[in-house]
Amino acid sequence: MIGIIDYGMGNLFSVSKALERIGIPYIISESPEELNNTKGVILPGVGAFKDAMARLREKELDQFIHQYVDSGRPLLGICLGMQLLFEESEENGQFEGLGLLKGRIVRIPDRDADGERLKVPHMGWNKLHFHQEAPVLEGIEDGYVYFVHSYYADGVDKQALLASAEYGVHVPAVVGRDNVSGMQFHPEKSSATGMKLLTNFAKAMERSEDIL
Amino acid sequence: MMTKRIIPCLDVKEGRVVKGIQFVELRDAGDPVELARVYDEQGADELVFLDISASVEGRKTMVDVVQAVASELAIPFTVGGGINALDDMKRILRAGADKVSLNTAAVNNPGLINEGAAFFGSQCIVIAIDAKYDESIGTWRVYTHGGRTPTERTVIDWAKEAVERGAGEILLTSMDEDGSKQGFDIALTKAVGDAVSVPVIASGGAGNAQHFLDVFTEAQADAALAASIFHYKETGVGEVKQFLRNAEVNVR
Repeated sequence: MIGIIDYGMGNLFSVSKALERIGIPYIISESPEELNNTKGVILPGVGAFKDAMARLREKELDQFIHQYVDSGRPLLGICLGMQLLFEESEENGQFEGLGLLKGRIVRIPDRDADGERLKVPHMGWNKLHFHQEAPVLEGIEDGYVYFVHSYYADGVDKQALLASAEYGVHVPAVVGRDNVSGMQFHPEKSSATGMKLLTNFAKAMERSEDIL
Repeated sequence: MMTKRIIPCLDVKEGRVVKGIQFVELRDAGDPVELARVYDEQGADELVFLDISASVEGRKTMVDVVQAVASELAIPFTVGGGINALDDMKRILRAGADKVSLNTAAVNNPGLINEGAAFFGSQCIVIAIDAKYDESIGTWRVYTHGGRTPTERTVIDWAKEAVERGAGEILLTSMDEDGSKQGFDIALTKAVGDAVSVPVIASGGAGNAQHFLDVFTEAQADAALAASIFHYKETGVGEVKQFLRNAEVNVR
């Protein structure tokens, strides 16, 4: 059973439907008690960083997420949910994140290194470049996935960078360290490749159950 | 590098896809979900559903269509037609659509763009513009009500204003080329693309794969939309993409 963390900021429908299609049971909940009865959790998110952190704190889900990660069970952040895993964000100010991964969320520059104009948000299909092997990337060959975002994670530890996409800067696309992982794009909207990524996360979750 | 997107557009009336669509392998050629699935399998990057229902009941049915498509498909899709207020956007986006497209309603009430972008984020708000060249003013004029009503706005100014108000994407239809199958409107697409900082989807005039190549390379469109050439199987999404790949255009 996967728990989808409901804190009022996500496209929960798409994520849950994607899990249904690949046959993974899930619950959607805002209750730490209920979410604690799962083997893995997904932190979705669309919207602004500041609002998202405020809502997590309001519902004491920030504490829950830390305890959950300490228990060794896997966490997957998607899009804004991935950005929340980092130390801080400069989106509309300076805001502290969950601090589970090292790095800072900054705006995508609207010019590339050659001074060519880039459209922000980074919206559409972009190719994944893989940096290291990881269970969540197993069997992913066609690496095109669907991105929609205006901010990206800067200063990510080399060890935590699993895959990136090129958009003027190197955009960390899949990040992970121990049982904490994140995807900047939307696997639930990334056709067959996205479904495979979510299936891999679910499999990794089942495997980690043996270790726990 | 971002890929160029190929977007089939489906007209939906009272919950059914209309305009004869020739997918013989389908049990039911009017089912939006089945058609959406076929396009997904062919490699469509995104879909647009245009609700052309005339009735309130038809509009309500669109919510069911959106839910069914979102349940079955893992590619992004946009819904346009009949979206006149924030509540309409809420209904469609909460049912599982990724974006809503506003046309006449945004021209009549531009504040709707600000409202939508503030509530859902710019990435959800597509502004559809129907453009027709007007020699008397030497530029393109905005039309509303499905191309029936000329407005006082010029396309370039309206596109800029829409983006300032929070539009995340422009769906640009050339009324001059629409249905011609002579190719997309390169000059129009380039002019709008140069004027705004958000992606531009070119629409109207697609007749073959070369036309997609032209609009991507000559007008720097981010995406191209077509209806009939895909529906009537004059060419497939996969064939267009192969053609583009051979021409070294980056596609998925």
